Amino acid sequence: MSDENRPPEQRKGLFGAGDSGDTSGFGGLVQAAPTAGEIVSTSEPLGGYFDEVVGALRELLGEDVTRAVVIDRGELTVYIAPDRTEEVCKTMRDDESLRFELCNSVSGVDYPDQRNRLHVVYHLTSMTYRRRVRLETAVGLDNPVVHSVTSVYPTADWQEREAYDMFGVVFEGHPHLTRILMPDDWEGHPQRKDYPLGGIAVEYKGAHIPPPDERRSYK
Amino acid sequence: MTATDSAGSTAPQAFAEAGADAYAAERDTTEGRVYTVTGGDWDELVSSVDPVNEERLIINLGPQHPSTHGVLRLVCELEGETVRSVRPIIGYLHTGIEKNMEYRTWVQGTTFVTRADYLAPIFNETAYCLAVEKLLGVQVPKRADVIRVIMMELNRISSHLVALATTGMELGALSMMIYGFRDREKILDIFEAVCGLRMNMAYVRPGGVAQDLPVNGVQMIRDFVEYMPKGLDDYEGLLTGNVIWQERTQGVGYLDVSGCLALGVTGPVLRSAGLPWDLRKTEPYCGYEDYDFEVATHNGADAWARYVVRLEEIRQSLRIISQGLDKLEPGPVMVEDKKIAWPAQLALGADGSGNSLNHIRHIMSQSMEALIHHFKLVTEGFRVPAGQVYTAIEAPRGELGIHAVSDGGTRPFRVHLREPSFVNLQSIPALAEGGLLADVIAGGASLDPVMGGCDR
Repeated sequence: MSDENRPPEQRKGLFGAGDSGDTSGFGGLVQAAPTAGEIVSTSEPLGGYFDEVVGALRELLGEDVTRAVVIDRGELTVYIAPDRTEEVCKTMRDDESLRFELCNSVSGVDYPDQRNRLHVVYHLTSMTYRRRVRLETAVGLDNPVVHSVTSVYPTADWQEREAYDMFGVVFEGHPHLTRILMPDDWEGHPQRKDYPLGGIAVEYKGAHIPPPDERRSYK
Repeated sequence: MTATDSAGSTAPQAFAEAGADAYAAERDTTEGRVYTVTGGDWDELVSSVDPVNEERLIINLGPQHPSTHGVLRLVCELEGETVRSVRPIIGYLHTGIEKNMEYRTWVQGTTFVTRADYLAPIFNETAYCLAVEKLLGVQVPKRADVIRVIMMELNRISSHLVALATTGMELGALSMMIYGFRDREKILDIFEAVCGLRMNMAYVRPGGVAQDLPVNGVQMIRDFVEYMPKGLDDYEGLLTGNVIWQERTQGVGYLDVSGCLALGVTGPVLRSAGLPWDLRKTEPYCGYEDYDFEVATHNGADAWARYVVRLEEIRQSLRIISQGLDKLEPGPVMVEDKKIAWPAQLALGADGSGNSLNHIRHIMSQSMEALIHHFKLVTEGFRVPAGQVYTAIEAPRGELGIHAVSDGGTRPFRVHLREPSFVNLQSIPALAEGGLLADVIAGGASLDPVMGGCDR
């Protein structure tokens, strides 16, 4: 799905440490980041109800609706285009052979090695057929726009706000896309991989609160 | 609590002085005058507002209010006592659990997720560990599964007891609060005996559980199962026939099945609307298919129905616990694979610390390989094959889902908690708008949100 064909990035060291004077040998670890590679579709037939779901989807919305279909650990992941999420979800919910009544979860994942690095993952459940499916779409930082599914699944409202808050994915058609967990005036999107853990100074009632590691010198 | 009226009149001087507060002073804004009311100043506020010209009052309920179940803020627009709109504002307890987990090993993840929904720690841990185990492709030993089920059902009872207790408190039935917390204490005592901690235990680990039940554990749980039905009879005697309780809950906070599904509401709230959707039955995990129990449902779809469903779920949990105790057979509680299992079987030593002396003797004086292995597993952790999974379990508040992504490393690449509190809270406007202000509290309490889980 990623448009890039460059080889996977390599990571070095344990815990990302390269200059720690680590003598254990872990600092010399070299590890490939497998998340950077191309997403490879599972060869069909997929088995179980997966063929039925994917077949119905293709029949109703065209062959090109699925960019890739992956079966991993007994779970079906359908990769779709970011501007077709609403359409796909509406079909998934309403078609008699699909009937995915419940949108369980919307979450974001940031794969910094991919060009379309921000992924949005929808987990749907069909209570009628007791099936689950995962829809995944990806956008790049230059145009991080995904079609909102709130008109189909109102429950996605807060969850899409969370994905916007944490990853900066813009959901087109969302009724009020604002931050939800972080303060309204927060800068940056904390769950992105290039956003640091901690180390952010904050203002509180006019006072400047330095990040914990700068409050006192431990040296 | 602050209130804004829409017309911008000037308040009486006496009221301004009574509300003097260094942190939230009364002031005029573009939206109107802002009053600060803490405690019993309502008569003064009401008398200072002109009821004809200023008919809309915006009440800021929370985030520090004893009736909002934690740091939940509800901005209510009132017309008289009728609620015209409710806007829930959350995030006050956001602690970055998901982000933090990306910087710790997979095993350490349990100590983070357990702190999300702090009333249901065992559920958070189990859901997370099921996700890690699915990524790893390991099967936990049977005894570990049974212990997980027993602990989860005990935890479900303790969580429902808090739901009943706090709902009782918020609706004025203070005795229920005392009863609920009294009986929850007995479960926390069991937790303390089993894992050393009363809350946030990090007891369930990837591959099994941290340690086996203590010698007297089974007896403690059996005593509790024998005791609890009497407690339930007490609550029923106190509340079920109580006219005030019925009036405060019946017909309040109505949400039917289609409303629940559209808003993603699961758990007792969905079952109170009549749909017997319980993941323990519909998508069994941890061997729930081997237990004989009923899914409690009701047709009321209101706060009363949720009360009845929760009481019945406690009874069913007791049945499951009894069956679990009968299923317990001697055996390991952690996978055999030493590349995954925590190296030391912890035990409470005579010195009060949780080290296994036999294990220390082994790694310090017998086997250098064991020492290296211990060191690597504890500091670096085990590697989890790349991929992503979603596991869901039936937590006391609904479907608790974990979306875990691994890049093949020793730390989670991404863990997302699908928290039932977070999703269910979206339905507060649907429950409360058009009703009375007092019913906002009853409706919100019937959802039983836990803000630690909601905000993560």
